[in-house]
Amino acid sequence: MTTKVTTPEMKSLHFQPRTPATTPGDKVVGAVSHGALTIWTLIVILPLLWTFMSSFKTSSEIFASPFSLPSEWKLDNYIKAWSDAGIGSAFLNSIIVVAVALVIVMVLGAMCAYVLARYTFPGSRAIYYLMLAGLTFPIFLAMVPLFFVLKNMGLLNTLPGLILVYVGFALPFTVFFLFSFFKSLPHEITEAAALDGAGEWRTFFQVMLPMAKPGLASVAIFNFLGLWNQFLIPVSINAAGPRVLSQELAAFAGQMGYAVDYGALFAAVSVTVIPVLIVYVIFQRQLQGSVSQGTSK
Amino acid sequence: MKTQQSRNDDGLAAVVPATAPPQVVRRRRKPLTWDKVSFFAVFLGLPLAIYLLFVIWPFIQAFGYSLTDWSGFSPNQNFIGLDNYVKIFTDDIFMKAMSNNILLVIFLPIITIILSLVLASLVTVGGSSKGQIKGLRNSSFYRVVSFFPYTIPAVAIGIMWGQIYDPSGGLLNGILTGLGLDQFKDFAWLGDKNTAMIATMFVIVWGFVGFYMVLFVAGIKGIPAELFEAARIDGAGRFRTAVSITIPLIRDNIQTAYIYMGILALDAFVYMAALNSGGGPDNSTLVMAQQLFFTAFSKGQFGLASAMGVVLAIATLIFSGLVFLVNRLTGGDKDVSL
Repeated sequence: MTTKVTTPEMKSLHFQPRTPATTPGDKVVGAVSHGALTIWTLIVILPLLWTFMSSFKTSSEIFASPFSLPSEWKLDNYIKAWSDAGIGSAFLNSIIVVAVALVIVMVLGAMCAYVLARYTFPGSRAIYYLMLAGLTFPIFLAMVPLFFVLKNMGLLNTLPGLILVYVGFALPFTVFFLFSFFKSLPHEITEAAALDGAGEWRTFFQVMLPMAKPGLASVAIFNFLGLWNQFLIPVSINAAGPRVLSQELAAFAGQMGYAVDYGALFAAVSVTVIPVLIVYVIFQRQLQGSVSQGTSK
Repeated sequence: MKTQQSRNDDGLAAVVPATAPPQVVRRRRKPLTWDKVSFFAVFLGLPLAIYLLFVIWPFIQAFGYSLTDWSGFSPNQNFIGLDNYVKIFTDDIFMKAMSNNILLVIFLPIITIILSLVLASLVTVGGSSKGQIKGLRNSSFYRVVSFFPYTIPAVAIGIMWGQIYDPSGGLLNGILTGLGLDQFKDFAWLGDKNTAMIATMFVIVWGFVGFYMVLFVAGIKGIPAELFEAARIDGAGRFRTAVSITIPLIRDNIQTAYIYMGILALDAFVYMAALNSGGGPDNSTLVMAQQLFFTAFSKGQFGLASAMGVVLAIATLIFSGLVFLVNRLTGGDKDVSL
């Protein structure tokens, strides 16, 4: 079913926008609701602000008082974290791995979802369910054997190995999400394309893929966040390889457990958090939009 | 739905097995062309090959390893049947980890879903009870901010909250003592076995509420506003509307959220490892995944670790099955879907 996403405002035009007389009850409820939302917002934002502020402090300043502003806004901690602690190179590794894996998984996932959604052939259902099963199985179970699969292929502790595994584990979600999307696209269009002489390949790349753009966008965002977040996979199969961000961050935090440089740790966390946060704020409209499109089958 | 017809087929065989039920609609298509063959090989074969090699095959192998005493790096691998499983279920530490996971699986989804449902309702339909159905003022601001934590890698969340909970220089105790609660001056939230688990759960909830809020907002916006208006005309208050309209109509979203959150609770490795890598005071935050990781990569008992993985997988399947079952028993399928 294609329920168009309509905002409540559009639907209720027949309600004449009389000047809404606010009842006292409304005011109370409104105040309480706003209070609740404000408290929640503070709970979300305060830790982030505090981390950011602490990233400019020295360790002794951090311990002296958690609230005071840094005496000087110096970038020392960032320089230390970026180069000495290796956050910089891990950052670049992460970008490479996530970008390449993302492109591959989006292309392969879209292809696979398209075939499963638009063609019926023996076993197509079974393949779909096999994909779904991959969503529920804990990644953990696969880690030990995966270690040896990669070892035998000579891909252990390499970025290409990491990329392939990322692709494998991101596939089920991608296929699952895009499946319903391709399913909902009208069949007339494929037929029209076939009549115009387009082959299977051409139909997919020039007709169907552009139509699936909104779905692709939201899956790409979620895949990006998921892969950027990935910790267990690199830690298990890339322990001695070029480190990715989350791995390096954990190693940094672990190694300095008793050492003192908290300022640099806060800087490392800030480096991890801030770029994605900025990108999210810029693209959040698309995200909200595409989630609603994706969920209204 | 064509579920019936292909369910019995051998999963991967491209050819119809002889025993396959008679296909009702034979597709009378043109003969196979190069275009079609190459299309299927690349579009289906390639993704499937990667998926089978890196995801399914390791899962299958894990079941095999779980029946051996393999240490991982030595060539000898003896079949020892279910010994590993016996060992697991008589191991107090693993059982403690399992009970922690069960605790998480019960509470994490409930808390996260209730909180995100409330927030989602407030920003979509929580506005004035007169005039149009709308959310509170500034609701898009609240929505955007709530999603922030989801964009942060779990490791970073763990490290950040580890510092916030820090007994001496942390933000939380700073706030509490600032409010005059001096008993919290040096209180170690993650170091006390009474609070370690609750503090950890709070961090996970913090990380996920925004995500589910966005999901539920999308669901609620898919409900026609007329339904809310009708309910309002019939005199339903906010709470009644939420219980009788919102929740039944986004039931599928809630079920999905419950399953995802439950799977996360059964894993929870990253958060636990980042907040209390040793499993917390008295193993109060130890989870199965941590024990598995330790057994495999530090102690080198790959067979035993695989058995733990299998236990974890079965727990996940049972959990998902239970959620589906409960949803169906309570009439989830009969509800109108829009």
